Amino acid sequence: MADFETVRHDVLVVGAGGAGLRAAIAAAADGVSVGLVCKSLLGKAHTVMAEGGIAAAMGNVDDRDDWKVHFADTMRGGQYINNWRMAELHAKEAPARVRELEAWGALFDRTPDGRILQRNFGGHRYPRLAHVGDRTGLEMIRTLQDHGIHHGIDVHMEWTVLTLLTDGERVAGALAYDRERGRFRVFAAGAVVLATGGIGRAFRITSNSWEYTGDGQSLAYHAGAVLQDMEFVQFHPTGMVWPPSVRGILVTEGVRGEGGVLTNREGRRFMFDDIPENYRAQTAADADEGWRYTQGDKNARRPPELLTRDHVARSITREVREGRGSPHGGVYLDIAWIKERLPNAAEHIKKKLPSMYHQFKQLADIDITTEPMEVGPTTHYIMGGIHVDGDTQMSTVPGLFAAGECAAGLHGANRLGGNSLSDLLVFGQRAGTYAAQFAQAHAPVAPDLGQANEAAQQALEPFSRTTGEGPYQIQHALQDTMQELVGIVRREEEMAKALSQISALSARAAQVAVVGNREYNPGWHTALDLGNLLTVAEAITRSAIERRESRGGHFRDDFPDKDPGSATFNITLRKGPAGRMELSREPIRPMPDALKQVIAEGG
Amino acid sequence: MTTPAIGTSSGGTPRAAGAQAAPAESGQRPATFRVWRGDAAGGAFRDYTTDTAPGMVVLDAIHQIQAEQANDLAVRWNCKAGKCGSCSAEINGKPRLMCMTRLSDLSLDKPVTVEPMRAFPPVKDLVTDVSWNYRVKEKITQFTPRPPDAPDGTWRIQQSDVDRVQEFRKCIECFLCQDVCHVIREHHEETEFIGPRFFVYTAALEMHPLDVADRIPALKRDYGIGFCNITKCCTSVCPESITITDNAIIPLKERVVDEFYDPLGKLVKLFSRAHRG
Repeated sequence: MADFETVRHDVLVVGAGGAGLRAAIAAAADGVSVGLVCKSLLGKAHTVMAEGGIAAAMGNVDDRDDWKVHFADTMRGGQYINNWRMAELHAKEAPARVRELEAWGALFDRTPDGRILQRNFGGHRYPRLAHVGDRTGLEMIRTLQDHGIHHGIDVHMEWTVLTLLTDGERVAGALAYDRERGRFRVFAAGAVVLATGGIGRAFRITSNSWEYTGDGQSLAYHAGAVLQDMEFVQFHPTGMVWPPSVRGILVTEGVRGEGGVLTNREGRRFMFDDIPENYRAQTAADADEGWRYTQGDKNARRPPELLTRDHVARSITREVREGRGSPHGGVYLDIAWIKERLPNAAEHIKKKLPSMYHQFKQLADIDITTEPMEVGPTTHYIMGGIHVDGDTQMSTVPGLFAAGECAAGLHGANRLGGNSLSDLLVFGQRAGTYAAQFAQAHAPVAPDLGQANEAAQQALEPFSRTTGEGPYQIQHALQDTMQELVGIVRREEEMAKALSQISALSARAAQVAVVGNREYNPGWHTALDLGNLLTVAEAITRSAIERRESRGGHFRDDFPDKDPGSATFNITLRKGPAGRMELSREPIRPMPDALKQVIAEGG
Repeated sequence: MTTPAIGTSSGGTPRAAGAQAAPAESGQRPATFRVWRGDAAGGAFRDYTTDTAPGMVVLDAIHQIQAEQANDLAVRWNCKAGKCGSCSAEINGKPRLMCMTRLSDLSLDKPVTVEPMRAFPPVKDLVTDVSWNYRVKEKITQFTPRPPDAPDGTWRIQQSDVDRVQEFRKCIECFLCQDVCHVIREHHEETEFIGPRFFVYTAALEMHPLDVADRIPALKRDYGIGFCNITKCCTSVCPESITITDNAIIPLKERVVDEFYDPLGKLVKLFSRAHRG
């Protein structure tokens, strides 16, 4: 058996985006030793891309806002299959987490009286998003990073976890490799927090970077944890569509929050054509009311462009399918039109949306202050993930915690914009705190080195194959399968076809060959990521087949309506004894009357 | 050109320019990229010819080469939108982000050279060891806020005070400014000099409306601000267009001068600080 270098921490955090950093800070604050493992350099995680803001009911701009309204908005957006306890904790604790960031040096835009400014966003009843122009994610990750480095966290940059290790029932650490040299190392830890983010790379068109290969979901699943709600993938309505090389890169919802409108090739503002019944009372009657809402008129209702992301994405898909799309297969997003309403509109746009201005100018030769953008849906986020306890964030495996995108529950069937950054802070903090408590309360662990050995051997197999396919072809084929067969609009027979393709791709992945050596070899890294991608692709597809209705991010062409009977359960998955994926319908716990009351009043 | 619906069928894709050969995008043509391959022990340029299409950036070409011709070609990247600062390299000799360098801005008549940042130790191919930057940041005195302004523990800050430092806070830590700085690149004063990135960082802290720590003595003594002779190379390569020299370094140099070489000013400062405290 190989002799592994072993590094020991009380708490091991996997992933250094917002959730991982916040968890590491929380655990370190409890006095335990903390290791933070991340695939990229510190500060490069996807949190950096978040643009819009952090949702927190501080009531700085509209004092009618409070946690109850935020809770009700989150539940409505999630179509009521959210973990209501998480939605409650999130709404209550987000303001404190935002203020804490300010105490650590984050600088948010301000109200005239010097408090944190909050902006409108889809699905949020009141202006609620603390923000810094359109680069809130950068401000957040840099603040956490710069705070964290002074608080005794051992950061292991460019290390990738291959497998979780257990000690009996408990999680006991992980086996990882470093990108630079391809060395293996055992991280022994009394508690592990997974904060690995999403699964976007399972699809062809995505806003996600190479890192988002479903690592956390897959690691947890193979360690015996339960996954939940995997059918709910969020396709963000506005990704870039042209030029091809930037297809999928996000265009912030903030553009619409600042007054941007969606039009089709006929110039029609199509979002007014189909407003869901449960949002009708909150939606503007006409363009003028919508504009007044974006400019802070408290008596105005929101424009239909700020309906929930699932609805906007489907509306765009409809326009394109029915032949009313823009030249490159999207629709138009126009912020330049506000010059009809505002003096100095160009300067205003550059100030409010600087990175969007920059992004379109440099990557597409489009000046958004004078021309409309072309946009279309892009795979952005997964609402589902690792099933966790709402209070502690512990999974069904003792000592294994999860926070942020890789955990399930808060967002239900659809996430509201701005609720992601607040999710990272609220549940990152909780996961870190409870992981530290768990590690302190339990005896030291002895990770199973047999598991480490097996994973290490398996990881090296691709080097021993002299013939065989390269990893990129398999990854691309999987992305095509998911994009075409398990995308925004789903049908049973297409998904069944996807399952058989995934199975065939798994067989190909088992024979993948890589060239070169172990030192910083992206081909090898891509080959190692394939297993995680295939696991989450199968989980998404199986769950999507099982949910025979349309709800939130999950739209079934063959079951286009919401089924009230399906509002009572979450779909869960676990690895069965024979290694097969087993599905079940987990009844949703009844909501306490007090919370029902909040929804009834705030609804 | 016909374009299929998004997310429902196959169509123009981020890699359509490559193996899948997009339906004849106008302007598609092959180009040669002269990429440095090697590691700490040494290396050499190798030529790769690949198809290019309108809108492509250098990072797309590198990825295409990686997927089709050189699976083990090492490169860092994340966001592909100029926001994370991972894909720094030297393109035709100029420090730039690969994801923000469009092929249409380069001449494709001759090979495009792509090499790693030369100021940092090579790891492999386009990847360098930038860990020094992370160690430097740790030694800079961290953010230290004044006591909260309001009983609920919050502060009151004017937007104009926020705006003053936002320029510095835009930094994506691509380290191109460090790469181009001759104090680091040629003179290797890494132990006594923190480099432009961290002068920007220090400036952001010093001009933060809530911060009360004093980093001026350290700027002179430990951070080596005196080594900078304001050639503005850093400013010229910043992908975020931060006016590093004029807005960060020169004001910091002035503060150092005020503190150490202006006894009268120092007295006034001490006096006002005592009152403020």
